[in-house]
Amino acid sequence: MNLYEIIQDTKTHYCLECGKCSSICPISRYDPQYSPRVMIEDALFGFEEELIHNHKLFSCLTCYACQLKCPSDVDYPLFIRKTRELAAAAGEHGDYAHSGTLQSLVGLMARSSIKQRRFEWFSNSYRTSESSDVMLFIGCSPYFEPVFEDIPVRTLDIAEASLKILNSLGIEPLVHPDEKCCGHDALWLGDMETFRILAEHNAAIIKESGVKKLIFFCPEGYRTFKLDYPNYVKLDCEVMHISEFLAQRLETEGLRFNEVKKKVTYQDPCRLGRHLGIYDAPRKVLASIPGIELVEMEHIREDSICCGTSCFTNCDSYSKQIRVGRLVEAKATGAETLITSCPKCQTHFKCAMVARGEEKGPEVEIEVMDLANLVANAIGG
Amino acid sequence: MNRDKFEPLILGFACNWCAYAGADLAGVSRFQYPPNMRIIRVMCSGRVDPTFVLKAFASGADGVFIGGCHPGDCHYIEGNYKARRRYELLKKMLPQYGIESERLRLEWISASEGARFAEVVMDFINVIKELGALGKRQDQ
Repeated sequence: MNLYEIIQDTKTHYCLECGKCSSICPISRYDPQYSPRVMIEDALFGFEEELIHNHKLFSCLTCYACQLKCPSDVDYPLFIRKTRELAAAAGEHGDYAHSGTLQSLVGLMARSSIKQRRFEWFSNSYRTSESSDVMLFIGCSPYFEPVFEDIPVRTLDIAEASLKILNSLGIEPLVHPDEKCCGHDALWLGDMETFRILAEHNAAIIKESGVKKLIFFCPEGYRTFKLDYPNYVKLDCEVMHISEFLAQRLETEGLRFNEVKKKVTYQDPCRLGRHLGIYDAPRKVLASIPGIELVEMEHIREDSICCGTSCFTNCDSYSKQIRVGRLVEAKATGAETLITSCPKCQTHFKCAMVARGEEKGPEVEIEVMDLANLVANAIGG
Repeated sequence: MNRDKFEPLILGFACNWCAYAGADLAGVSRFQYPPNMRIIRVMCSGRVDPTFVLKAFASGADGVFIGGCHPGDCHYIEGNYKARRRYELLKKMLPQYGIESERLRLEWISASEGARFAEVVMDFINVIKELGALGKRQDQ
């Protein structure tokens, strides 16, 4: 694919240069050097070299805020993703956060025959079944633990909470020992070869296990399976986010929760919200827990502000400013807990609260919790 | 796969002051050892970020070797202790990713131990040959 085709594909040539994208872009708000409009303009003028060697190409959060505001319906995130493929082919990549550990992990998983031991974390208090027709996708959460130990984020808590929820609904899900990274980061960083290897592997093991329903607690995995996999592999099962699943069960089975006294606010993850349009399901789940009072932030739903980094790339001071800005908004609601339904949102927010070295941490302490954990608490037991 | 034919690819990090000088001595003294290891000189074994090791495995290495000064001899006072801590952490992490922990080795080699350098590397290469190519063990 060349730049001309990318422009055709993403309808970039309809750009009116109105600049709405740059005014809504969370990065442009803090980083005057970054402008989606200028990127598009570079592409339209045919400055291919400048574009693919532009360091800012990897700064885009692909949060879809711009696309929803664009009067010409230019798919800027897709334009970025495809241009990154060109850039990756030319040997360019962004600045990997955490010294590239997470990218190395993806690379390790793409080396086909390595047999992972995914269940070292697994406690026997949860019931799983190998013949179940429901599968819970655990994804990269076991690998986040050692990397983010200092923040501290325990992404496996979300996995365990999700298992607890499913068990309490009488479902013994399949937890697959051979699943690999969904390939979300590889795809959005333009590494198509790795993405294809991972997608083919996951599709094959899911087909073999014969599951009918695949449940995610991570919106990134969910998005990748729902929107991106069908373009490359065949997947014969229904995919769902755990909040959707819970909302559905609330309607059909009249699920009851114990009381949890808490004033909370809710962060819409970009992948779940703007990418997939799921805003109501998590709010419905929150409303169904007695004692929970939901107070909304200033920017919610379509206008929600991203957690500041995507694909663990180009995480810089601007990313931190976006996060701190969002946390200030969350604190202004008077809520004691910020609920999100994405493990990465949680990681990034918690990271923003940590003071490093001489630097004093920002005054934005607020408890950050995943929706699945809150629901698991409300189930009790 | 024919085990005799398998030639492992090993990445070695050697500290400038001890292990690298030891490798140099092994060379000038003409101690023979197989050519499977590619050495990267680092100023101190403490320079080796755990990420380097993960990246080496992700990019195709079958084994990773880290050589530093003996405890107490570090040119930067405590760099090798840092290397040892990271090594212990990696030893715990690697099996979870499906990489046998024997594929990573940390050794203390001083600048005067040319013969030992050759011996240690030879032994490590044999261990990796025994393990086979990374990720291929189940298929054998």
